[in-house]
Amino acid sequence: MTRTERIAALEALARDRVLILDGAMGTQIQDLKLDEDGYRGERFADWPSAIKGNNDILNLTTPDAVKAIHKAYFEAGSDIVETNTFSATTIAQADYDMQDLANEIAREGARLARQAADEVEAETGSPRGVAGAIGPTNKTLSISPDVNDPGFRDIDFDTVRQAYYDQAEAMAEFVDFFLIETVFDTLNAKAAIKALMDLRAATGTDLPIMISGTITDRSGRTLSGQTAEAFWYSVRHARPWAVGLNCALGAEEMRPYIAEIARLADTRIIAYPNAGLPNDMGEYDEQPDQTASFVSEWAEHGLVNVLGGCCGTTPDHIRAIAKAVKDVQPRRPAKRERAMRLSGLEPFELSA
Amino acid sequence: MTLSVPSFVNVGERTNVTGSARFRKLITEGDYAEAVSVARQQVENGAQIIDVNMDEGLLDSVEAMTTFLRMIAGEPDVARVPVMVDSSKWEVIEAGLQNVQGKAIVNSISLKEGEDIFRHQARACLSYGAAVIVMAFDETGQADTADRKYEICERAYKILVEEIGFPPEDIIFDPNIFAVATGIEEHNNYAVDFIEATRRIRENLPGCHVSGGLSNISFSFRGNEPVRRAMHSVFLYHAIKAGMDMGIVNAGQLDIYDDIEPELRDLVEDVILNRRDDATDRLLEAAEGYRGQGGGKTKERDLKWRDAPVADRIRHALVHGINEFIVEDTEEARQSFERPLHVIEGPLMDGMNVVGDLFGDGKMFLPQVVKSARVMKQAVAHLIPYMEAEKEAAGQKHSSAGKVVMATVKGDVHDIGKNIVGVVLQCNGYEVIDLGVMVPCETILETARKENADIIGLSGLITPSLDEMVFVASEMERKKVDIPLLIGGATTSPAHTAVKIDPSISVAPVVHVLDASRAVGVVSKLLSDQRDSYAADVKADLAKIRERRLAARASKNRVPIAQARQKAWDCDWSAHTPPKPNQLGVQDLRPSLEDLIDYIDWTPFFFTWEMKGSYPAIFDDPNRGEAAKSLFEDAQAMLKRIVAEKWLEPRAVFGFWPANRVGDDAVLYTDESRKEVLETFYGLRQQAAKSNDNPHLNQFDFLAPEGTPDWLGGFAVTAGDNPEILARFEADKDDYNSILFKALSDRLAEAAAEWLHEKVRREHWGYAPDEAFSNRELIEEAYAGIRPAPGYPSQPDHTEKRTLFNLLDAPERAGISLTNSFAMTPASSVSGLYLSHPDSVYFAVGRILRDQVEDYAGRKGWTLEEAERALAPILDYTPGANSNAA
Repeated sequence: MTRTERIAALEALARDRVLILDGAMGTQIQDLKLDEDGYRGERFADWPSAIKGNNDILNLTTPDAVKAIHKAYFEAGSDIVETNTFSATTIAQADYDMQDLANEIAREGARLARQAADEVEAETGSPRGVAGAIGPTNKTLSISPDVNDPGFRDIDFDTVRQAYYDQAEAMAEFVDFFLIETVFDTLNAKAAIKALMDLRAATGTDLPIMISGTITDRSGRTLSGQTAEAFWYSVRHARPWAVGLNCALGAEEMRPYIAEIARLADTRIIAYPNAGLPNDMGEYDEQPDQTASFVSEWAEHGLVNVLGGCCGTTPDHIRAIAKAVKDVQPRRPAKRERAMRLSGLEPFELSA
Repeated sequence: MTLSVPSFVNVGERTNVTGSARFRKLITEGDYAEAVSVARQQVENGAQIIDVNMDEGLLDSVEAMTTFLRMIAGEPDVARVPVMVDSSKWEVIEAGLQNVQGKAIVNSISLKEGEDIFRHQARACLSYGAAVIVMAFDETGQADTADRKYEICERAYKILVEEIGFPPEDIIFDPNIFAVATGIEEHNNYAVDFIEATRRIRENLPGCHVSGGLSNISFSFRGNEPVRRAMHSVFLYHAIKAGMDMGIVNAGQLDIYDDIEPELRDLVEDVILNRRDDATDRLLEAAEGYRGQGGGKTKERDLKWRDAPVADRIRHALVHGINEFIVEDTEEARQSFERPLHVIEGPLMDGMNVVGDLFGDGKMFLPQVVKSARVMKQAVAHLIPYMEAEKEAAGQKHSSAGKVVMATVKGDVHDIGKNIVGVVLQCNGYEVIDLGVMVPCETILETARKENADIIGLSGLITPSLDEMVFVASEMERKKVDIPLLIGGATTSPAHTAVKIDPSISVAPVVHVLDASRAVGVVSKLLSDQRDSYAADVKADLAKIRERRLAARASKNRVPIAQARQKAWDCDWSAHTPPKPNQLGVQDLRPSLEDLIDYIDWTPFFFTWEMKGSYPAIFDDPNRGEAAKSLFEDAQAMLKRIVAEKWLEPRAVFGFWPANRVGDDAVLYTDESRKEVLETFYGLRQQAAKSNDNPHLNQFDFLAPEGTPDWLGGFAVTAGDNPEILARFEADKDDYNSILFKALSDRLAEAAAEWLHEKVRREHWGYAPDEAFSNRELIEEAYAGIRPAPGYPSQPDHTEKRTLFNLLDAPERAGISLTNSFAMTPASSVSGLYLSHPDSVYFAVGRILRDQVEDYAGRKGWTLEEAERALAPILDYTPGANSNAA
């Protein structure tokens, strides 16, 4: 199946049912119980700084394990998996002094997911997609890291845009989608969107974009202060293939904000909540059938087109979700009157 | 076809170094913190978008733009609104776009430097996610005639929309506002050119918007503010009509079009519309006469009363509701009196007595009285610290005419009427302890005891509150609380008080108070020497009402439910095919406040203020007309703020389900197969004997029986609420605005119901797609179909709301929940069912017999007692008695 065919096939599938994304990568990697040496492998045995916790480096040091996780998700029912590239940018890898490896990590991550997808696609005959995961980085463009100097930033838009450009370019050969995810600062996401649009203009790489924001708590706002509606208006120019939310909240807490975006967005809705809220030990307790029952209710109410899981979710969660929504009609995109819709932290509308 | 009211967005311009000397100074001096507060003020004053411009020769504009936008990003009060990134330099614009997380507007790009640069900049705006202002400017210069303006805009539109794929709704054209009345003849038509170009742009370039910088137009009258303001208003009036929907306008530099002195308005209109060759000369000639005036708009304020002695000034302020000087006057009085209390007992009470007399004589009206009360409260608030200090020093006690404890009873959230009564009582020297809403009986009685209250006042709006009032009365009886009890609120009545409340309490008198104007009379009598004789009179009156009711009930025949069902309303269902909704299931919406304003029914608004008369005829009433107008103006002004500052966020949820009538109930199905029951709404049927062939109605008679597919709708809407705003009014002791806000919220909730019902009829259910009624016709219910609400006469059982709210998921989808007594919170909410049958009508079930109550209890799975409690207001018998023989 060519990429164009696969995207068309997934799009057709999305008209008939809710598509299934994968669950957490981090949780599965934790289960590998790797120590510092496990992360380093042979190649980085002498790396000067500690790299345990740099999950994306495993694309280079334990590629088989990463690929096995992708396959486990496909086998659990995922139509699309995310590449293990959440932090594969020069900015995020600088934490481990690995900024020079960022492109290689991104490219290998994309290639591993592609291999897993192609194998499952060949076995089952059904299209299996790969979404190139583009994380938020560990810097924020809208918030000063220095409380005493609100005008200060330790990074600027163009640096972030360039980092994203490099990451996307590195993944472009292997992925079917780009997924800008866990957006806690919309300005970072806008830099990613600009990077993808610039990449399109420069190289012709024109892949569908998915964008997933993160509402941090019940205030209903992103970390940088936007409401869900304002967030949507800020990223809508990307004309995303899907928009939605992930992380920070469990399904129960996320519902009103997903419902809000579903009401507004003239595109597909993607949602992948955490397995509930973390307990006192920082662990996620929500069981697969619980998560599935929350998100299948969303599907039944016509709120979503793509469902998956974020922190704490496992292949079992994905299996339960896939089963629960297999016969449910997907949401139809919202139709709204034409209007100029702007945003600050809050939405603004002037009808046409 | 009805045209919607044009909307207009005002862009704040104070954060513009070319427009504000103060801002320029702050930025050039590097005082960004203070510069941010300029932005904050602007947003607080209602700017919906803020324009940021750093084009100043001595500044590093890129640096200034970057720093300022980063600073405001950390200020939620400022960053909540979108930014307009304003510069003539592209690199400054780009720097701006790299520092706003929201979707901004670029101001501006143009064809000035040719198509290539224009395309490049437009594509960049698209990739940053920004709307654009496009100036009517091309390679040959700025457009001045209507033709040139339009041609350039059309050319730009084609490049943007057809070549680049720019969304048309994100394009704003600025066809250049130039100064008129400059003395140069070629300039005379500039305003007309702009207006004409605007009209053509809006007609021919679909989706886009038109904006402009207003102050240019009056450039030649610099220094003459009254004339400039008039020019701005007149120009805007015509430009908005032509389609201008955005502008950089200093709101302080605007007058209300209708308020401009007619002579000035004519002169200005001649200039703006270029109606006569000598227009400029004539305006110039007249202009000198307006210079330095208040603007030719507001009547010259007569401040002569300020010369009178302080007591007279206080009286004047109270009678006219002017709070501007009251604190300084009160302070002056305090210094001249021996004790602060004497100021209250002297000039303040004298003034309020005048207010009371005028109110009693019908020469002042409630809104004015409430304004007076606001002045009084502010004066008293000023004195309280002095009185407390004195009290502390001497251990003396503050005396009042009497102490009233008031509350809206448990389960109910409605308090406008109660607040009005409270204000009126306070105006008359009573001390009022207002416990608020949803107050449990124990709290009311406990407070009354602790505070040694002289009167207890209970209020409520929904029918379950009546039961709660009976409960409070019986608790007073049980605990021997012998404090007189006042009953008020929309559903209370002398009859209910006589039949239900009065018999349950013997230790204290119970008085029903019809409206606020009667409250003072009742309270003063209850606290006077004649209390006992007055109480005896009231009791006798209530007894008479009871007798009359019993007699009336005996005279009104009711028929057994089986017989009533035989004569149900029936249409030939084979001849009527119920329309199927376009979309089943539940949806929610967020109506904009602007949309709702057109749907407001003003008559009930005046009722709230005890000004009975229908809108707009009430303005012509020789007595109340002036007060009504003034109230209406205040309401309009507040509505503007409610809209501009988003004080309320209306929400709506509605749904449609396959449904059929089964017996007296509506059965809802999970899907069109109509096999699986989703829910049941229960109905009640009229049992009063009918003299003619009229049917005994049940609201579900209008729903097709099984076999004919039909659908039932349901909805809940709310205007929302805003505790912050109310707290602000409370802090200012401003009952007037507090009540006004609540009254407007109620109107907006009703307007939302009307708006939604129309949308439902036209689109969502869609059985009347071509319907076009005026507001008046809507109010008169000229349309087909009804929206009866549980708890209202067609189905008086409030508990049905629970079913409706569950189906709609109303708490989540519209933010409306139910109290234990089934009152909706926020209080300004409306819910109901939708029935589509063209012959469906509203009606009252009226009193019903025990046979129907028993049957109803059986259907709902209730005990008889539960049903009797829910239906207490409409029982035609006394529960517990053995027979229901009429």
